[in-house]
Amino acid sequence: MPQYGSGLFVSIAHLIRGLFGGTTVTADVVMTVINSLIIWALIALAALSLILLERKVAGWMQLRTGPNRLGPRGWFQTVADAMKLLGKEDIFPAAADKWVFGLAPMFVIGLSVMVMAVIPYGKGMVPVDLNVGIFYLLAVSALTTIPFFMAGWGSNNKFALLGGMRAVAQMISYEIPLVFSLLGVVMITQTFKMSAIVNAQSHVWFILLQPLGFVVYTIAATAETNRAPFDLVEGESELTAGAFTEYTGMRWALFFLGEYANLFIVSAVAATVFLGGWQGPFLPGWIWFAIKVLFMVFLFLWFRWTFPRLRVDQLMHFGWKVLLPLSVANILLTGVGIYIYQLIYPAIGG
Amino acid sequence: MIKTQELEINLGPQHPSTHGVFRMITKLDGETVTSVESKVGYLHRGMEKLAESRTYTQYIPYTDRLDYLASINNNLGYVQTVEKLMGVEVPERAEYLRIIFGELQRLASHMVAIGTGSLDLGGFTPFLYTFRDREKILDLFEMTIGGRMTMNMPRIGGIIEPPEEFWPALNKFLGEMPGSIEEYHGIITGNEIFQARTVGVGIISPELAEQIAVTGPNLRGSGIKWDLRKNAPYGIYDRFDFEVPVGVNGDCFDRYIVRVREMEESIKIIHQAVRDIPEGPTFAKVPKLIKPSVGEVYHRVENPRGELSFYIVSDGSTKPYRLRIRGGTFVNIQVLPYVAPGWKLADVIAILASLDIILPECDR
Repeated sequence: MPQYGSGLFVSIAHLIRGLFGGTTVTADVVMTVINSLIIWALIALAALSLILLERKVAGWMQLRTGPNRLGPRGWFQTVADAMKLLGKEDIFPAAADKWVFGLAPMFVIGLSVMVMAVIPYGKGMVPVDLNVGIFYLLAVSALTTIPFFMAGWGSNNKFALLGGMRAVAQMISYEIPLVFSLLGVVMITQTFKMSAIVNAQSHVWFILLQPLGFVVYTIAATAETNRAPFDLVEGESELTAGAFTEYTGMRWALFFLGEYANLFIVSAVAATVFLGGWQGPFLPGWIWFAIKVLFMVFLFLWFRWTFPRLRVDQLMHFGWKVLLPLSVANILLTGVGIYIYQLIYPAIGG
Repeated sequence: MIKTQELEINLGPQHPSTHGVFRMITKLDGETVTSVESKVGYLHRGMEKLAESRTYTQYIPYTDRLDYLASINNNLGYVQTVEKLMGVEVPERAEYLRIIFGELQRLASHMVAIGTGSLDLGGFTPFLYTFRDREKILDLFEMTIGGRMTMNMPRIGGIIEPPEEFWPALNKFLGEMPGSIEEYHGIITGNEIFQARTVGVGIISPELAEQIAVTGPNLRGSGIKWDLRKNAPYGIYDRFDFEVPVGVNGDCFDRYIVRVREMEESIKIIHQAVRDIPEGPTFAKVPKLIKPSVGEVYHRVENPRGELSFYIVSDGSTKPYRLRIRGGTFVNIQVLPYVAPGWKLADVIAILASLDIILPECDR
């Protein structure tokens, strides 16, 4: 093994195959169960630690300490908050559409789990290595619009409805530059498979080949996760809490969990597609992956605590008139670049 | 049959961005505001009527509760009105101390205005930057009188003498302020999104401002150079050298930048006052029982939120026969129905934030 601990999943699979006497079907079933459990655990862990990280980073940027009471340096604060939310009353507003209102938070978290299944966490650590990985990821994450609109519509509240409307407009508008910004990489690697994209970056990271794509992706991803300066869905200064106005207790917490799971996902995609995924010297792959994800997360936190919120029409203008042309230009440039490259090295074709 | 209908949204009295208990009945066409109806009075406490059953001295703490972010300025306005009625001559040192504390309070008030204005646009960090500096001012107040918000500091005939350690602390604060204002410019003024949200938004034309009698930084933001400290000096403001900053377009950004410039001018005034302050008593010889002769008096001062004026009718007893207050916020807030329509919902919040309202002064 070249790097110690890099093939965590592979080792577990080998172990199970050994235990069950080599029947592949049993091993596969067991591995699927283990994978999904790990993904659920990862979501919970990511959300809990990212919330704490956000509060610590926010505190640091805002000349204060952040949570520092519970546990060492306040590390258990989010656990306590989660426990508190579990104990809260689950209120259904009298006028709400019960089914739509109740299901929306579960859809949010369900979609996050589905997306996290295709992310390569380390060498050989892709729970489901689909051959259309990126395509699947974009398709599923585009669905996230629906639970937000369900929440806005089902609450039967004017603020929530406005928030839901904004969610649809914003997330669909920014979906397009997001997809286009990743297309450049797909054109270079000629594959949708996540692990293949990581492997293609063993010599050079795609952030160097696709700087424009990376910038467009980062901005569009901020909008996709509904974080400041694009947090119009929540928009607390005009819409109190936007689509989540009527939610209480654990249902509200699921939205919160979903937001941080999405933050983790967009950071993980950026790390995979632009920053070389688990590639890196000396350390095991999944540690490199974690470092890159944390870097991206920090970038998003930095945005949030520096910028004010955009207005709804400015958001649309920016999405359609700036980001979309930029991402199309990126595709064009990439195409020209590949054409010139093939003229110079005709052997590499495809 | 499909039909469209205007969406009527009730912003307030409980809403995160109405700065208290202001209520706006907003009609929306999509996200565009078609009309705003403002409702005030949720915080009415009968301040004017209360004065009729309090002695002149007893009423000073009530003026703290008008504009609670500028309590010293309120106190000063009231105290100077009574002094004018009685013809009291205030000692020199007290006049200088009143300038120092009044301008410190103005700084603190503008810091809140800028910080919460940024908060209403979704920028949380600048809010804490301005509150960090406000904290230093409140510490200075606490050092002097013990209170931080409603201090009841000026009295009829004078003001309390600050302790020895006040002066080095004041100098330290004044030394730190230019750096802090530089930081505000960095995180608020120069921010692309902040400019996109405020430049050209919510323009109050000079004509509208004059017709409604808008005062304070909101009026100066519209380009009208009117500051009572210059145009009708009260106290000893005529001895100080300072500029009256004005805006050009009358938009939210101008109202913001006028406040920041005013903070710089306030620092200039405090520097001059600290330089020139004479030694001496801080209280005039005022009888224990304040009993002005029969008559009436009108006095106005420049508060951080516009003109604050008191009109007192005395019947020769120890209590005012009638006391009337004119607060800046109550008048300034009236421009909202004229300015807000046509803008987006988020802009109405930005406009309201730029007007820098404070409801206790409005509802009294």
